Amino acid sequence: MAQMIIDTANHITGYAARAARVKVVAAYPITPQTTIVEKIAEFAESGKMDVEYIRVESEHSAMVACIGAAAAGARAFTATSAHGLALMHEALHWASGSRLPIVMAVVNRAMGAPWSIWSDFSDSLSQRDTGWMQFYCADNQEVFDTVIQAYRLCEDGQVFLPAMVCLEGFILSHTYMPVKIPDQDKIDGFLPSYKSGWILDVNRPVSHANLVSPEWYMEFRYMIQSAMENAKRIIPEIDREYGKIFGFEYGGLIEKYKCEDADLILLTMGTMGSDAKIAVDQLRKEGLKVGSARVRVFRPFPVEQIRKLSEQAQMLATIDRHISFGMEGFLATETKASIFSLKDPPLVAGFIAGLGGRDVTSKTIEEIAKKSIKWMRLGRVEKETEWIDLRE
Amino acid sequence: MSSSLKSRKEMPLTPLSSPSVGSMGKTGSWRTFRPEVDNSKCTRCTICWIYCPDAAITRQDDDSPKIDYDYCKGCGICANECPVKAITMEREEG
Amino acid sequence: MTIKELSKEEYLLKGHAACAGCGPSIALRLLFKALGNNVILVVPACCTTVIQGTYPYTSFAVPLQNILFESTAAAASGIVAALRQRKLEGTTVVGWAGDGGTVDIGIQALSGAAERKTDFIYICYDNEAYGNTGMQRSGATPYGAWTTTTPSGKRERKKDMPLIMAAHRILYVATACPSFPIDFVNKLRKAKDIEGTKYIHILTPCPTGWRYDTSKTVELGRLAVQTGLWALYEIEYGKFKLNPPSDRLVDEAKRKPIKEYLTLQGRFRNLTEEDIGQIQKWVDEDWERYRKLTSNSTSDSTLYGKT
Ligand SMILES: Cc1ncc(C[n+]2csc(CCOP(=O)(O)OP(=O)(O)O)c2C)c(N)n1
Ligand code: SF4
Ligand code: SF4
Ligand code: SF4
Ligand SMILES: [Mg+2]
Repeated sequence: MAQMIIDTANHITGYAARAARVKVVAAYPITPQTTIVEKIAEFAESGKMDVEYIRVESEHSAMVACIGAAAAGARAFTATSAHGLALMHEALHWASGSRLPIVMAVVNRAMGAPWSIWSDFSDSLSQRDTGWMQFYCADNQEVFDTVIQAYRLCEDGQVFLPAMVCLEGFILSHTYMPVKIPDQDKIDGFLPSYKSGWILDVNRPVSHANLVSPEWYMEFRYMIQSAMENAKRIIPEIDREYGKIFGFEYGGLIEKYKCEDADLILLTMGTMGSDAKIAVDQLRKEGLKVGSARVRVFRPFPVEQIRKLSEQAQMLATIDRHISFGMEGFLATETKASIFSLKDPPLVAGFIAGLGGRDVTSKTIEEIAKKSIKWMRLGRVEKETEWIDLRE
Repeated sequence: MSSSLKSRKEMPLTPLSSPSVGSMGKTGSWRTFRPEVDNSKCTRCTICWIYCPDAAITRQDDDSPKIDYDYCKGCGICANECPVKAITMEREEG
Repeated sequence: MTIKELSKEEYLLKGHAACAGCGPSIALRLLFKALGNNVILVVPACCTTVIQGTYPYTSFAVPLQNILFESTAAAASGIVAALRQRKLEGTTVVGWAGDGGTVDIGIQALSGAAERKTDFIYICYDNEAYGNTGMQRSGATPYGAWTTTTPSGKRERKKDMPLIMAAHRILYVATACPSFPIDFVNKLRKAKDIEGTKYIHILTPCPTGWRYDTSKTVELGRLAVQTGLWALYEIEYGKFKLNPPSDRLVDEAKRKPIKEYLTLQGRFRNLTEEDIGQIQKWVDEDWERYRKLTSNSTSDSTLYGKT
């Protein structure tokens, strides 16, 4: 029987790793991630999970140990936040270049200096170009479901790439919500035992990742790009199949809400997507045709889906819990890039909000929508990037 | 070893390299001095064999050394270590 | 054990990319003669990256995981864990890293793995500089040695890495040198049968970096030992023991003058008589320590209690 539990997203992530029958966990504590690896330690030591738990001395080693484990034939998992993720940076490239299906939970936290333990997406979005797929979750149920889906995706023969499952620090990580944990045999049916594209095997000795000359290197990069393109196609399939079996479905790459007739579409990521829905309902009461599209997968980026949204919307407003200094938020940049080649692209306004854990409520999002509608009616965006709730 | 150019479809998803003699080509061409074994002096002690960094010396059934000149880089360790001076280094011609 | 008893099988294949006269290459051949091919090798960025040759070929006939420079021991930890889950513990996992990858950038991961008693053999092959990048100084470069970043000679002493590892209370620490092949092979075989982290630090002369004639690689390793600059020993279950021929060198008179070793190498060309006197003094001090450790060990007190 499926089990209903009420717990924090971090603990739920631990449950998900167990349900995915992860065989090797290598992890290092950092707020607000820590309670994930504590939960797994509890499972491991009480015999509730058959796992090798490597208590590494750094996040860099955590990721490299996962690489070693995945290469030697075991399903591997780790979790981290902010500075831990940044420390892993070099190893993230090595993992994707090695085409290893590692899944990592990233509990989003702002980057220092100065120290901050609160949420924004600057940690995971800084890893945009590492060849990892990136999922962003809106609630605890989605965190559980996405970890399971991520392994299925990563181990798909047309993908073989690692993935981050991102969940916002405190907003989700330490917040209790009811979550349905499906039967283990059903999960086992959905997620078969570990599969990888290659393995360290004494009976078939190869050297992995030795020097590759310019004669060959580009093809290996192209293959990663193709795998990302494949993932774009496979993610919605997996999501639908998961939905059929377990009853939860997230729209594949992008979760749309009342977009069909919308003039303005609010593009968000993570929990802001939930607040955006509330804002949409309120604005609709006021007669404003607004919709919400939550970008669930940032890599591969849902270019086609955003183009589709642009067919009838007059305007897109992106809300970034992130800033790429010297430019704008990545969601804004990627959205603009996606629609650039359209004949009659909608206007795009970029908003920066909620950095370092500053609260973004549905009211904040309503204000963003109203400002956008003003510009939409004006026919031009008055400010390319607007910072929300900034002190004078 | 020159690689016969393969199409992308034949490549593995990540670089998996196969064990091959001559992974760096015929490294014997690096040589300026050539070790020559005087079999009449050789006591078949196998010392030259164990110290060759290039695995270019084969230990034959009677334990006498056979140098593979395709891969011997001519470092001279074998000649330096031979206890009876059965190996001499001769300058390569041309 | 004699040389003739060693296997004729080669798992470092000829035609590899090391410089002529490469000391680490001799040690690699010995490694496989000692352990066979039921081995997974973990190699960080170092000369051994180059020695493999380039994709799609490799000179290594065992599975080899190339990994980030500072990460040998972390990768090995993951591999060991996976093999245990898969019940493949018969395979020996070997970390094979240079001195830079060990005593400098990789020391953290190695220390962590040792503290966790990760079941693997870690070998530091020490050519006393960063060879891959063209001979910059490392924490293992000895006092006075020329490198490209210490053009007038390094002013600091070499880290004592084996003793740092012994302080982790691992069950086996040893030093070796491929000029003494049977000693090295014996140590590897012993290490293979001990559970936990085993650390072997080998001095591997490098003609390219040390600036000597390629034919002198084995001779220099021998001289390093005979002069007492490099001592062959093992610390087994905390007990320190000198191995032949180093065990005979506690008596100062039996040690060759270090000058014999130093003057063969271009990297020491700038040493003054004063420098040489200073180095000799340090060597003598080291041996006083080895003497004490040896006598302590025979009276059953151990260097570091095992855990
Ligand atoms: C993080 C990082 N920094 C620097 C390098 C460049 N690098 C590659 S190998 C190497 C030196 C290796 O020295 P050592 O470990 O002594 O091995 P050797 O080359 O002497 O065999 C350096 C500095 C790197 N690959 N990665
Ligand atoms: S010269 Fe060097 S490479 Fe050639 S056989 Fe002798 S030891 Fe081997
Ligand atoms: S070292 Fe000299 S004597 Fe010994 S086997 Fe080689 S050639 Fe013969
Ligand atoms: S630089 Fe030295 S250690 Fe590196 S391959 Fe050349 S000889 Fe060997
Ligand atoms: Mg070195």
